[in-house]
Amino acid sequence: MADSDGRQVDSINHSTEEDVKLQEVVQAKCEGKELTKEEKQRLRKEKKQHKKNKKDDRGPPEKEKEKEKASVLAPSKPATQSPAHKAPVPVNASASESPVAAEKPAKSKAEQRAERRARQDTERASKQGKKEGGQQSASSKPKATPNELQPVVKRLPEHIQVDDPAALKKLAKKLERQQVPLRSDYGYKVSLFSHLHQYSRKNPPTQQISIPATVIHPSIVRLGLQYSQGIIAGSNARSVALLHAFKQVIQDYSTPPNEELSRDLVNKLSPYISFLSQCRPLSASMGNAIKHIKKEISNIPSQCKEEEAKRRLQECIDSYINEKIILASEAISKYAIEKISDGDVILVYGCSSLVNHILCEAFEKQRKFRVIVVDSRPRLEGREALRRLVKKGIRCTYVLISALSYILPEVSKVFLGAHALLANGYVMSRVGTSQIALVAKAYNVPVLVCCETYKFCERVQTDSFVSNELDDPDDLIVTRNGKTHLENWQTVKSLGLLNLVYDVTPPDFVDLVITDLGMIPCTSVPVVLRVKNVDQ
Amino acid sequence: MPGADKETDLSERIESFLSELKRCGRGAGSLRDSAETARETTALLRRITAQARWGNAGELMEIIRKEGRRMTAAQPSETTVGNMVRRVLKIIREEYARSRGSSEETDQQESLHKLLTSGGSSEDNFRQHFAHLKANVIEAINELLTELEGTTDNISMQALEHIHSNEVIMTIGRSRTVEAFLKDAARKRKFHVIVAECAPFCQGHEMATSLCKEDIETTVIPDAAIFAVMSRVNKVIIGTQTVLANGGLRAVNGTHTLALAAKHHSTPLIVCAPMFKLSPQFPNEEDTFHKFVSPHEVLPFTEGEILSKVNAHCPVFDYVPPELITLFISNIGGNAPSYIYRLMSELYHPEDHELYTGK
Repeated sequence: MADSDGRQVDSINHSTEEDVKLQEVVQAKCEGKELTKEEKQRLRKEKKQHKKNKKDDRGPPEKEKEKEKASVLAPSKPATQSPAHKAPVPVNASASESPVAAEKPAKSKAEQRAERRARQDTERASKQGKKEGGQQSASSKPKATPNELQPVVKRLPEHIQVDDPAALKKLAKKLERQQVPLRSDYGYKVSLFSHLHQYSRKNPPTQQISIPATVIHPSIVRLGLQYSQGIIAGSNARSVALLHAFKQVIQDYSTPPNEELSRDLVNKLSPYISFLSQCRPLSASMGNAIKHIKKEISNIPSQCKEEEAKRRLQECIDSYINEKIILASEAISKYAIEKISDGDVILVYGCSSLVNHILCEAFEKQRKFRVIVVDSRPRLEGREALRRLVKKGIRCTYVLISALSYILPEVSKVFLGAHALLANGYVMSRVGTSQIALVAKAYNVPVLVCCETYKFCERVQTDSFVSNELDDPDDLIVTRNGKTHLENWQTVKSLGLLNLVYDVTPPDFVDLVITDLGMIPCTSVPVVLRVKNVDQ
Repeated sequence: MPGADKETDLSERIESFLSELKRCGRGAGSLRDSAETARETTALLRRITAQARWGNAGELMEIIRKEGRRMTAAQPSETTVGNMVRRVLKIIREEYARSRGSSEETDQQESLHKLLTSGGSSEDNFRQHFAHLKANVIEAINELLTELEGTTDNISMQALEHIHSNEVIMTIGRSRTVEAFLKDAARKRKFHVIVAECAPFCQGHEMATSLCKEDIETTVIPDAAIFAVMSRVNKVIIGTQTVLANGGLRAVNGTHTLALAAKHHSTPLIVCAPMFKLSPQFPNEEDTFHKFVSPHEVLPFTEGEILSKVNAHCPVFDYVPPELITLFISNIGGNAPSYIYRLMSELYHPEDHELYTGK
């Protein structure tokens, strides 16, 4: 953050009084002198003003109203409404600043300044006229429009832009700034997936950072290692582990002398999040959890004492885990148990903590059913589910996914877990789920997906290619009868191994989604998202 | 006595063939190519025709039926054995009819009038003795053997008619017919192949390495990803273990899922199967259709604590209904699944569909 400030300010190089003050302040920073809190706030306000001026060159005038209102609020509050425009705007501004900085030397700087000031004056004059008249409607309209039609100028996530060298360079620079190691891709990537990362489990990113890590908190390092080695897997487990690690971070955090906790803590979390996403791309549930935490941190009032703030944040994290995950799974179990009748044969796929919980609860409530666990290579997560169910005493059958057509005529219901539910009704889940839903549909077996609402996300996707995760391709290698056919697949030029992690199931294969808000059809996901946004 | 030696030699050969059949039943690895099995069966039947003692066609057919029953009982899932036995029986009938000079061979069951008036089965008992019958039958069996040897080449010759350049083709497991088919097309065209590995035996791996040797761009995917990648696939080309009488397939497990995914994406499903795989069986109840191997492949014995409390299944074959199949490519050309019944009537006589006389 500090470096980019310096660069921006240098490139602008104005000479009005405020700019002189700004320059002084910047020079003081560069010389290493500590700025007081007030100076920092002033610096922040002026930076925003500069950004706003730059936006005049290309931004539509109505955005300025929001910016003026928003300029006093913190920039990192994506959820509240008026900064809703601000959040994408500074991103745009920073993204567009580099080309702008390149263009600058073309025209003389004095000329540009003059033009801009003239334009600002005229626009301010016209706005004065409009403001008096349309104050009420103008102020209510921008509040309404972000809710109805947010112009989605979203930034494309980095992890699906691996084939773009510019994006890779940007990421490398950002990681260098944050002192997070950059992980390199491994092995030959199938051409259809050249836009995704493919890492090897044998090269964890923790090898490249020194222990004890200076920038990254040790519990985050441990968490990253657990993610990259697959020790913690499953979206609920990953989210809960993340939140516990953040609790530890907050516990150990102490505000530096001239900083506010609400701003500084958020800045401290950014390199951690970059590190974790280098270890393994973030899941939708983790993304939602992080958004929630950042919002809570920014909402801490500045006069709150540090101990009090930390306690509040810990409580907030605990209540998030409790509400969204634990209580949600209780609610979902209650609904799901209504759907399980005696004599049922239930098919489950892989290891979903939620589905396992439902089955164990149903068994405790004396429902008579048996379970068929379907598993697939190379992860073989079904074995874990099998162990848990057998320990409970449930009668189980175990097959691989290629035997699905054989076993399906016996099945009366299919229960599936989800990694995320997308806004167009598609279910993103472990690879193979769509196949199960497809074959179940062909045999007219009802498919029920169980998913907590915190996993709902606003993305839309229609196939499993554009956004996915590629796991270590070496996992596909197997030794049978002493022969390993794919042992030297790297040396063979035209051979590729593809180990997908997720796939999307179209909503016509899913009969019902059981969430903590009730039982809804797949296509009602955007309704739930809207309800959640209004609540928050 | 030379006669006795020949007989013991013959029965030895039959016994060794039977024991080989029984042994190769473990694992769906098909340690034996089905083409090889067909060839060996036919060679053995030729030897029986040459060396066994028989006076007329009826006795020969009885001997062959008896041996055929023993062979199919040794390995019920290996249907090519039964198919070859039926082919030879049909050859004998034809040669007999030709020797008699009658033109009946063409009117076997095609005329409904004939069926009604003749009262079902043919009235002659194949009791007439013909001097040249043995030589004729042996010659016809030789022709059959030649046909068997050329099946794979005949199928691969049609490859260029079906594969264009820059295609993405998907296949599952390992089929030597499909391998030859794709390699033949790769000589002139560039395309991409995705192989589903077909757990738990993972024969897809062998297929992929073999295809790579011909510089075909290959990708190996786990079975769970079949539906996920199907949207980018242009054609699905598979082999099969048996083609059933209704046009359905008995293929490696996982093929039904593949066929359903192809149907969902409206991707054509092409089956490369030589004619000796066509069997007059229908898909019966699950108990006779399926073959299972040790569940150790699925849940290894190292998972001891839960093994005793869990049922694990490892079926080898899948049934694919004919409405999911677009085209059959065989050594006699391409056919729709609805035409299979007709091809069957040309290959086998209806009385031979059941090798068990009476029941």
